[in-house]
Amino acid sequence: MHSAVAHHFESLEKQGQAQRLGMWLFLATEVLLFTALFAAYGVYRYLYTGAFSQASRGLETWMGGVNTFVLVTSSFTVAMGLDAIVKGKNKRTGLLFGLSILLGCTFMVLKGFEYRHHFLHAELPGPFYGGPIAGSGGSMFFALYFLITGLHAFHVLIGMTVLGVIGARTWLGKYDAEHHVPVELAGLYWHLVDLIWIFVFPLLYLI
Amino acid sequence: MSQHLESSPPVYAERNYLNTPATGLKSWLTTLDHKRIGVMFLIATLFFFAVGGLFAMLIRIELLTPGPTIMDAMTYNRLFTLHGVVMIFLFMIPAIPSGFGNFLLPIMVGAKDVAFPRLNLLSFYIYLLGAVIALGGMIYGGADTGWTFYTPYSTTTTTKVVPILLGAFILGFSSILTGLNFIVTVHTLRAPGITWNKLPLFVWSIYGTSVIQILATPVLGMTLLLVAIEHAFGWGIFDPGRGGDPVLFQHFFWFYSHPAVYIMVLPAMAVISEVVCAFSHKNIFGYKAVAYSSLGIAFVGFFTWGHHLFTSGQSAFNAGIFGVLSMFVGIFTAIKIFNWVATMYRGSISFKTPFLYFIGFLFFLFFGGMTGIALATVSLDIHWQDTYFVVAHFHFIMVGSTIMAFLAALHYWWPKITGRMYNERWGLVGATLVVSGFVFTFLPQFLLGNEGMPRRYFNYPERFQALNVASTAGASVLGIGFLIILIYILVSLKYGPVAGPNPWGSRGYEWLTPSPPPLENFDVLPAFERGPHEYHELPGSESAAPGAGTSHA
Ligand code: HEM
Ligand SMILES: [Cu+2]
Repeated sequence: MHSAVAHHFESLEKQGQAQRLGMWLFLATEVLLFTALFAAYGVYRYLYTGAFSQASRGLETWMGGVNTFVLVTSSFTVAMGLDAIVKGKNKRTGLLFGLSILLGCTFMVLKGFEYRHHFLHAELPGPFYGGPIAGSGGSMFFALYFLITGLHAFHVLIGMTVLGVIGARTWLGKYDAEHHVPVELAGLYWHLVDLIWIFVFPLLYLI
Repeated sequence: MSQHLESSPPVYAERNYLNTPATGLKSWLTTLDHKRIGVMFLIATLFFFAVGGLFAMLIRIELLTPGPTIMDAMTYNRLFTLHGVVMIFLFMIPAIPSGFGNFLLPIMVGAKDVAFPRLNLLSFYIYLLGAVIALGGMIYGGADTGWTFYTPYSTTTTTKVVPILLGAFILGFSSILTGLNFIVTVHTLRAPGITWNKLPLFVWSIYGTSVIQILATPVLGMTLLLVAIEHAFGWGIFDPGRGGDPVLFQHFFWFYSHPAVYIMVLPAMAVISEVVCAFSHKNIFGYKAVAYSSLGIAFVGFFTWGHHLFTSGQSAFNAGIFGVLSMFVGIFTAIKIFNWVATMYRGSISFKTPFLYFIGFLFFLFFGGMTGIALATVSLDIHWQDTYFVVAHFHFIMVGSTIMAFLAALHYWWPKITGRMYNERWGLVGATLVVSGFVFTFLPQFLLGNEGMPRRYFNYPERFQALNVASTAGASVLGIGFLIILIYILVSLKYGPVAGPNPWGSRGYEWLTPSPPPLENFDVLPAFERGPHEYHELPGSESAAPGAGTSHA
């Protein structure tokens, strides 16, 4: 039996099946975590329609757009990395995961510039709001903006860490064509982080 | 079957999970064995049950007389908050699933462990971390918002809500991880021979619970986090003063917390389905109906949260819809009650302690459920909202049935977990005190609520005193009952007679292995030919009876 099989599993295949199911369930809880924020966004967008679209137009759409492109590309490189390990090319996977992390860093740096911009213009939540929008709508938009993008950025950081650890282990030859479920799961997680952004971007920047 | 057991003296399995691989404290704290983790959860949750119970006694003593009795109003507010938080988040949610579920579920599906043993241990430590943070917050000052943390009060109060919110947030992760582990275990680690339709009903209900834990907990986590952020930084998400919507908080909160009441009651139903079969010596009546109604409850439970908002400015249309949907839950619950009662019919009942708790459970579930239907009638609820009637309702249905099931489980599986029997006579005494104490504590509260006594005040008009005294007296009986149980059960650890693999003559799969079970649950994996609740004799198969074929190696 493969050395990576834990004592309570009958085969590597069964173990992989369990790990995949576990990961999908975990991803479901992640989606629900964001769903609560999206629901709050929906309610307040309905309450403060005008203010929300005004605030949304004030965001740097091009930065959000570039970031979307960066993240989608990183998902692509992660998928290529998975393809490589299936073929047994562990160094290649390590490199591709490294590249994905670099793209993740690019995302974070751009996001940092955006945050800087908001701070300079006092586009901040609650009592710290000093922007041009009258009433409560503006501060509410930025409360949700920082909550959603902040939570997402936190997930990007976790995703980069996961890719880093798994990528390094792959490079060192811990996984191979036969045993690569952890690589697959790391990839899944990164795709989720990407997917959430695909919802965040239109919600905050476009509509 | 039972003659067979009497003829061979019960054996205490010498090589078992309690002494393998080692017995030291370190081997427990670093264990990956689901049975040990289950036992640690049981000990921890019992400890918090005692803490919560202490708060409850203080509350009842304060309510003995109108006006201040032993504390001031602020202390009282803190106490009922802490009582609720401790009992709900630290005892009722984890006790049966993380405690008994951990111990039993893998055995019941014929697995050697849960799918992710490390995650399982992590879940225990996350639980401890959350508990320590929450307890720290309580010692540091406590909160006075009630366990429901309603905004905007919870975001403006000067008491220390943030650590308690964070504690509850962290506890949620423990709940999620355990639920996730159970679902994957049931899907991937069932032994050959255990098909979905041969899963013990305990497993079905715990499975339903796990689904709710996974789907609802993240929303609560987010909500509590938002309240904490708002309390700390004033971002205004739920603060009407900053354009926020406090009712949105109530929607979020009950979107979790209504399903959460099923996180508490489904495991209770899980236990009861096992107990009723074992002590009626009869197959469950309507296996599929009982199994699927758990899933039905899990599903409908997600669409009833609005019944907590009948007086919060919800539209009449919404209120009507939520009222009717809530009543649907009653249908699934009734299906189960009918099936349990039908299981007893013409069974050969042994009236042991767990069975007494089962009777108590039926009473509380039925009475509590009927008052739930009454509350779901919007026109009645307008008057009952926030009175002691609601307090009595949820104590009957949620607390009553969970505690009955918890104690039934403790007695029924005690011989499996420890290898020894408790004293049956004291068991019956304890059960009688607990059931009657519980009734006498909360029956007066229905009457008080109906007469208009609001909840969450430390003071009340003179005319409510008689019933309040009755309630406090009941609570004392309850407390004495628990003390007796604690004493005889600890005594049995050392002096209890050896139980043997199957002292009850039960057909459940967990009784096919020695008591206490060995490290990987079964010395020889049984074939699991029978269903888990099949009590009729297979033609000419005395030797195939559970317990008889188990090796004591
Ligand atoms: C037959 C099904 C049930 C129905 C129709 C029902 C209905 C209701 C209604 C309408 C309320 C709101 C009362 C108010 O605040 O004015 C309520 C409160 C409550 N119910 Fe039930 N219920 C049912 C079963 C349960 C179960 C099974 C549990 C727990 C295991 C439970 C636990 C609670 C709790 C904890 C509260 C009050 C929470 C609070 O305000 O602190 N209920 N129920
Ligand atoms: Cu409810």
